[in-house]
Amino acid sequence: MSTLRPDLAKIAANVPQGARVLDVGCGDGALMAELRDAKSVDARGIEIEAEEVEKAVARGLSVVQGDANRDIMDYPDAAFDVAILSQTLQTAQRPDFLLHQLLRIGRTAFVSFPNFAYWRMRMALLLGGKMPVVRHLPVTWYETKNIHHLTIHDFEDLADEMGIAIEDSWFFVGGREIGGSNANWRAEHAVFRLSR
Amino acid sequence: MASQTALSVQKVTLPKALALDSGRELEGVEIAYETHGDLAEDKANAILIFHALTGDQFVASEHPVTGKPGWWERMVGPGKPIDTSRYHVICANVLGSCMGSTGPASTSPGGAPYGMDFPVITIRDMVRAQMALLDVLGIEKLHAIVGGSMGGMQALSCAANFPERTSRVLAIATTARHSAQNIAFHEVGRQAIMADPNWQGGAYYGGETPDKGLSVARMAAHITYLSEAGLTEKFGRRLQDRDAKSFGFDADFQVESYLRYQGITFTDRFDANSYLYITRAMDYFDLAEEAGGKLADALAGAKDTRFCLVSFDTDWLYTTADMREVVHALNAVAAPVSFVELSAPYGHDSFLLDVPALDRVVKGFIG
Repeated sequence: MSTLRPDLAKIAANVPQGARVLDVGCGDGALMAELRDAKSVDARGIEIEAEEVEKAVARGLSVVQGDANRDIMDYPDAAFDVAILSQTLQTAQRPDFLLHQLLRIGRTAFVSFPNFAYWRMRMALLLGGKMPVVRHLPVTWYETKNIHHLTIHDFEDLADEMGIAIEDSWFFVGGREIGGSNANWRAEHAVFRLSR
Repeated sequence: MASQTALSVQKVTLPKALALDSGRELEGVEIAYETHGDLAEDKANAILIFHALTGDQFVASEHPVTGKPGWWERMVGPGKPIDTSRYHVICANVLGSCMGSTGPASTSPGGAPYGMDFPVITIRDMVRAQMALLDVLGIEKLHAIVGGSMGGMQALSCAANFPERTSRVLAIATTARHSAQNIAFHEVGRQAIMADPNWQGGAYYGGETPDKGLSVARMAAHITYLSEAGLTEKFGRRLQDRDAKSFGFDADFQVESYLRYQGITFTDRFDANSYLYITRAMDYFDLAEEAGGKLADALAGAKDTRFCLVSFDTDWLYTTADMREVVHALNAVAAPVSFVELSAPYGHDSFLLDVPALDRVVKGFIG
């Protein structure tokens, strides 16, 4: 698991053995392959980039090329034990809709995203007066796929509004896990485990 | 078409009459097939490849009429994506065709060639015949079924109707339903054949064959297999062996010359009546209709079968949108499905040509 990104490794460690999993925005299937090999998970994926899908299929994974904003509606209710959305929520057309869909098709959902309220972001915006370009969000405002930046507090508020239960949460800075105190200030990335 | 009576191919005679979708039955059906690679003792390493409209069983061996290499040698062979040093590959000539399997050119019980007395068949009938072949060969469950174009239709039909017979389904550049446009192009081809005076209501065997009609049918169809960009790149408006337009109706343009050649060489190896029957079977194909109109219902029995679907961005015959309908249906039954639209310049024919990404996908999926 050491080769996985820290947020993916955390998710992988918390997916139950043998679960049915849908990875939304699965990229080249690194997490799915890990889950399959280490936990005998029945993993499916959705990914929009053809080249990433090709890599995942070449690994023997079941990945569908498509736009999660639309294609996630095809899956029946409760088709999966676990639905995963890693580093994709902030790219969704309607993050609230995607969250709703995640917990419609999965009993549990893991969601990870970059925290826009990380202190370096705040300082860069405060002192520089421009959209920050930093380590964990390195793309300029006009090139980024992140159309819905959010903070940890924003996410917690949305979950509360939607009646989604936050069962667990983990926070990271520079690939290292940190404690939860004052995470909205200190964390670059957050991972949440959710249920209906 | 050259007489096929001298053609010596490997074939079996099905022990039972074949019941067809039309309600008719065919007795003594012969199915010609080729195999590559050893069958494992437990018979669990077999892969069935379904061929396309004008294809045949010579997937990875020399064609006995044309002397050309197998039509998918780049994909099938030792060390290839479908690796015959590990898998036992079977490819059968479809029912209704003309390379040894029973079709309109075959001798009917009355002693004369069937011609138009041959029953209209369906894609599902073709699949039934090949499942019967597997019964004869003693193979219960395949490692995978694989097909492109009409071969993909058979693969989808097989998954829907005989899900217990395979663990994996690989369908490339295909559709679950022939569209009005698809049917329209086929109708042009059929009318060309039937307008040829040599067609004689299909009773031309032993006499002159309707080569002109079949040739035009092939020319029209061939255009649909290529992309516009591909045609432009290959031929543009370049002239054929001349410096100026002839102000006549010879093949002035390279693209005309190319199409005429494609048409003429096709008649050396294909029977015009087979072309009528097989295009009809494709036009009748609508997998959802077989299940009362809902594609997901048709594929519900295959929810534990692994699928891999591939389309090409330049294929306007069977498009990515067509393939997505199959993907949506498989997602609705939560079947393990992969789908990717690959980028390739060759149009529908991309599945037969040099597309390295396809090789990687096939190899990864077959395992």
